Order: sequence, then structure tokens, then C-alpha cells
Amino acid sequence: MNELAITVIGRDRPGIVADVAEVLARLGANLTDSTMTRLRGHFAMTLICTGPAAAEVEAALASLAAEGQLLATVRAVTPDGDVPPAGEPYVMAVHGSDRMGIVAAMTRVLVDAGGNVTDLSTRLTGALYVVLAEVELPAGVADAVLDRLHRTAAELGVEVTLRPADPDLL
Amino acid sequence: MTGEEREPDVGLGDWTPESLDVPGEVRAVVSAPHPVLSRGADEVDPTAKETVQLAADLIATMKVSPGCVGLAAPQVGVGARVFAVDVTGHPKAVTTHGTFVLCNARVVEATRWKPGREGCMSVPDLTGDVKRASRLVVEGDLPGSGVPVRLVTDGFEARALQHEIDHCAGLLFLDRVAGAHAVYQRKVYL
Repeated sequence: MNELAITVIGRDRPGIVADVAEVLARLGANLTDSTMTRLRGHFAMTLICTGPAAAEVEAALASLAAEGQLLATVRAVTPDGDVPPAGEPYVMAVHGSDRMGIVAAMTRVLVDAGGNVTDLSTRLTGALYVVLAEVELPAGVADAVLDRLHRTAAELGVEVTLRPADPDLL
Repeated sequence: MTGEEREPDVGLGDWTPESLDVPGEVRAVVSAPHPVLSRGADEVDPTAKETVQLAADLIATMKVSPGCVGLAAPQVGVGARVFAVDVTGHPKAVTTHGTFVLCNARVVEATRWKPGREGCMSVPDLTGDVKRASRLVVEGDLPGSGVPVRLVTDGFEARALQHEIDHCAGLLFLDRVAGAHAVYQRKVYL
């Protein structure tokens, strides 16, 4: 079974998701995990599909791209790569005045502590910059990580919080 | 009536799991996408023999499932409005009513909505952010005696009750998540 990593990005308009998903369904490409979101007027889709060969999907998406302002990439990937050991889940929230290097500095603190970012989004509105990250940390390091995050945030002039995101099993 | 005026909690009276007077059997838990989880369950006769057995089985199955604080009949493949809850000893629990089973339960008052991240035995690989009322009044019938009760609760027990009442209505936490980015891969296993 081919596993494909596909990205599609283009100026946002109603119907992008339906158009791309129709192309994939017609080719027999099964859409598995994906995220699709609007980023400053562009619609960005990142998806994993299983099914047809990469070249076939690339050709089909290229015809769609030719009609509008969509850019698509397709490449074959190895299914189920090494999964790092699960850590304790936390949410890191950062906000403050926009400046260069906030994401770089804050995520460096996480990775240096053995953390693994599993989801991250950023938003810039006016002068306000916001970073939200889901991160898995090794057991018992959260307090030390928060200390380092506070120091780095102070240097950057931004605010940071780190809170547990452990689910309740019901 | 304001949210601060709370109706009296009539409690469980002298009902205990032992008053079911039948041994519970552990049943297999079904996972989504099983159709029984997406169907509104049927009202039951709380005094019927099969309801009493189901109640005992739900308790038995809940007790052997690590970290499980609630289990609804649809989760063991039975489309009946019956569920078991026990949040005793959970660090987030405030008010608790111990181990109990309710039949035909319904929410009569829900206030102070708070977000929280939930997982479910029937959706083993995902969690999601769901708003639930942290003050809750629920009415239902006790299995065996069929005595109607009104429970007033809060915090974690309130969340568990809403989750289980949803199961009986054919709803999963996935039907209530806060948005397109509020579902997560569950990697921490108990």
C-alpha cells in the first residue's frame, strides 16, 4: 500500500477542500490523517493518503492547480515511522509583541528538555503574536522546563504558560 | 431560579451495588464505529430482571477496567438507558455518590460550564476538549427498586454523568468537541 504525504496551499476560496477531496476519492486515494486550515487568506492542507502511486496523484492535482492558484506537492512516505515514547502531555501558550525568533527559542527549550512538539499553531494579529503548542515532556521535568521557558520568555518580552493536558478517561 | 439555588439531593437512600443481589459479569466493551454507540438507547424498566443483571454487569466491567469511572450500556453493546458511575477517590472529584447505576437518567439542570479534556474506553486512541457543566442536577431511577432519585453534583462526577448520559443518547465526546483542532491522539495509556 502506497502512503503519500500531500500538501496543497492556495488563496482561500470556498470549495478547495471539496475539489481536492473529490480528486483524491476519484483516484481511490484514502484520506487518513490531515489538517486543513486558513493561514492569512491562504488555505493550507497537509494530508496523508493511502492508495495510488504518487505520480498519478500529482498529475491529477496539477490539473486542479492549473485552474486556480493552488500549489500541490505529493511524495511517497514510509508508513508508521518510529514513534517516540509517549511523554506527559502539556499545552504551552505564548503571547506577546511580535518579534523574530519566538518559536525558535521557545521550542528549543522544549526539545533540549527531551520534549516532543506534536501540534503547534501561531497567529499574528496586529502587534500580538500567539503560539499554542501541544508538547509531550519526559516524566518529572515540567517544573524545570517551565523555569527555563520563563527565563527565555523574559528575554523575548513575551508571556508563557505551561499546563497539563492529561485527559480524564470516562 | 438562579444557578445558586440548588434543588435538594435526595441521594441514593439505602441503595448499594449489593442491593442488586446478582453477581455481575464482565462484558466486552465495544469501540466506535459500532452502530450501538450512535443510536439513542431505549428506556428501560428499572425493576426488570434483565435491567438488574445489566446494572451488575456494568459495575463489574467498570471495576476491572483500569482508570474507568463510568460505563454506559451502549458501550457493552446494549441499547438501554442504563449506566454505572464511580468517581470515588479521583483527584478531580469533589462531590461523590460512590458506586451507583442510574436508569433512564436525564439532566434537569446544568450550569457553570467548563472545558476539560476527555477520553473514552469506546474511542481508545483519541481525546478531545469538551465543555461540560460543573454543577449538575440529574434525575433517574435506581435499578432493582426502581426508586426515582435526584442527584445534585459537581466537578468530575458531573462531567462523568454528562458523558454517560450522552452515551445513552447515542452521542460520543466527539459530537461535542470544541472545534476542528480539539481532538488529539491519545498516547498516554493508563
